[in-house]
Amino acid sequence: MGVAKYIKNQSDGIDKVIYQSGIEVKPCYGPKDLEDIGFDYDKDLGDPGQYPFTRNIHPQGYRSRAWTTRQYTGFGTPQDTNERFKYMIAHGQNGLNVAFDLPTQMGYDSDSPQSEGEVGRVGMAVDSLQDFEIAFKDIQFDKIGSGLTINAVATIMLAMYQATAEKYGYPKEKISATPQNDILKEMIGRGAWIFPVEPSVRLVCDTIEYSVKELPRCNPVSICGYHIRESGATPSQEVGFAFEIAKTYIDNLVGRGLAPDDFVGRFSFNLNVFGNMWEQIAKFRAARKLWAKLLKEEYGVTDKKNLFLRGLFGGGGSGLTKEQPENNIIRGAYYALAAALSGAQTTALCSFDEAFTIPTPRAALLSLRTLEILMEEVGLRDTVDPLAGSYFVETITKEMEDKIKEEMLRVQKIGGMTNAISSGYIQREVARQAYEFEKSLQNGEIIKVGVNKYTEGEQPDVDLHEYDDSWVNTQISRLKELRRTRDNREVSRSLKALEKTAKSENNVMPALVDCCRAYATVGEMTGVFRDVFGEWDEPCLF
Amino acid sequence: MEYKKRIRVLVAKPGLDGHDRGAKVIALALRDAGMEVLYSGLHQSIEQIIATAVQESVDVIGLSVMTGAHLPICARLMKMLREKDLSDVFVVVGGVIPQNDIPKLEKIGVKGVFPGGTRFEVIIDSIRALF
Repeated sequence: MGVAKYIKNQSDGIDKVIYQSGIEVKPCYGPKDLEDIGFDYDKDLGDPGQYPFTRNIHPQGYRSRAWTTRQYTGFGTPQDTNERFKYMIAHGQNGLNVAFDLPTQMGYDSDSPQSEGEVGRVGMAVDSLQDFEIAFKDIQFDKIGSGLTINAVATIMLAMYQATAEKYGYPKEKISATPQNDILKEMIGRGAWIFPVEPSVRLVCDTIEYSVKELPRCNPVSICGYHIRESGATPSQEVGFAFEIAKTYIDNLVGRGLAPDDFVGRFSFNLNVFGNMWEQIAKFRAARKLWAKLLKEEYGVTDKKNLFLRGLFGGGGSGLTKEQPENNIIRGAYYALAAALSGAQTTALCSFDEAFTIPTPRAALLSLRTLEILMEEVGLRDTVDPLAGSYFVETITKEMEDKIKEEMLRVQKIGGMTNAISSGYIQREVARQAYEFEKSLQNGEIIKVGVNKYTEGEQPDVDLHEYDDSWVNTQISRLKELRRTRDNREVSRSLKALEKTAKSENNVMPALVDCCRAYATVGEMTGVFRDVFGEWDEPCLF
Repeated sequence: MEYKKRIRVLVAKPGLDGHDRGAKVIALALRDAGMEVLYSGLHQSIEQIIATAVQESVDVIGLSVMTGAHLPICARLMKMLREKDLSDVFVVVGGVIPQNDIPKLEKIGVKGVFPGGTRFEVIIDSIRALF
């Protein structure tokens, strides 16, 4: 939930404020503070659109373009999801962010025994190209970009997205997809991993390499500090760990002979908005600056556009509470304000009922409206980086920069991110933070309105999204029909070719596109990878 | 109150969901409360969870379910425990669990239901009260 620690004196005044990242806040800031940190406008900020981009990656921020809104959407069958996509687009949403159910995320078909009870539950069920054809029917692939929230099998979903677009007459050069595709963060938090670390990183980098060559408008990876924070990490760890993950992918691609300038411009980030507002603002500004510096100084990136930290700043899931659920609407608005004050290019906001389950259409719309009100009504498009020059904000932005660097150094000292994950260091660190936070919340050291202060007892009823069992039958009977009617010789041929590619060092993407076109299922394609790569043996944490 | 032996708990994540913040937090809290805690790791089938429970002779299986699939999962686990004559292993469950489902879970034999946000001492006391 991420609020700061406040140490109070006897008359309820605040003696000390300490942010989660360890920054201690003073009661008052002035010119002397900027002097103390050696603040230099050109070096520390630069004009918006100028290196190191602390203020914004674009010279005019939201004046030239408001943020892209991408509410996380998907449930039940592809038909249900298609209807919800169109509903959100009709109400002004300008990008999609597709939620997949767990069987799809874990590479199982809907009729697999492992899928029981989960088909269509937390996202849309996808078994084959047929499902994508239904889900994306009437979506303009050249105008609407799609985030695909999938990781272990992101290769398959990107291939499927391309095959679907082509089927609907959109050439692959025109499509814009952002598969989440950050497997290392899944191993830290969220847990939708399948294969061991090494082949997992290879698959991520295969999509990046393929996109660089074949999909000019796709951003093949969205590095997610978000879920690491949701799992318990502090804001400085969120960014520090995300950057160390990014470096792992960069190093792999450099090892393939690619120059960083050829691909780092395709990276995007997914960072969290919940927590103390000032700490988040400092985090986003410091992150933009550090990322640009890292790419320039460590990787020799020269093209200005490749130094941009672009991304989705949003969500805020862990900040939501089941107690007094309407409070989440207000929390969401403040979280979104932090994202807007930080110059997020893309955003999405958890809906108030997501403390319970995936959102109803009404709740999802309310989140979208919250984002629209910020841009259209209250003045967030007026001027770029409105907080620049604030004694307070600039001081903590600089302090946040140091805290992020400290976290990165810790990971480097134990041999980089893959070692830090294989040994369980990061997972233990994050779990420990989560436990400490929960204890602080339970003993009242951290305040959560409606939870440990201003409680009301009785909870109001909330209308919730309901899971419909009939989705499973619809999905499974269509899958069975597909297996009967498709050209099964073509399926076997394409899967054999995939196996051969997976065993080689060649990029798996072309073979996957071929499998998708033949209507091979997600379970069949993942099965090939499971046979070739095996599964990850999670380190024992306790 | 005195306890004859240390209670052994298997904190388990059944099924495909990987949201394990709650499972890890509760594992640490139970350990700090003096219990012996094992954590199953992710993506465990009910069969695997039961096998671990038998192998490690645990007294309690604590499931963490965040996806809403707690009813089918608990029903399967309870059925298999009965079939294997392991009814002396207590089952508790935590996660994203609506109030309405608590009586349904209790009816199939789940001994404690702890929706997200339940205080540690409530969970610890409920588990201790089983012995």
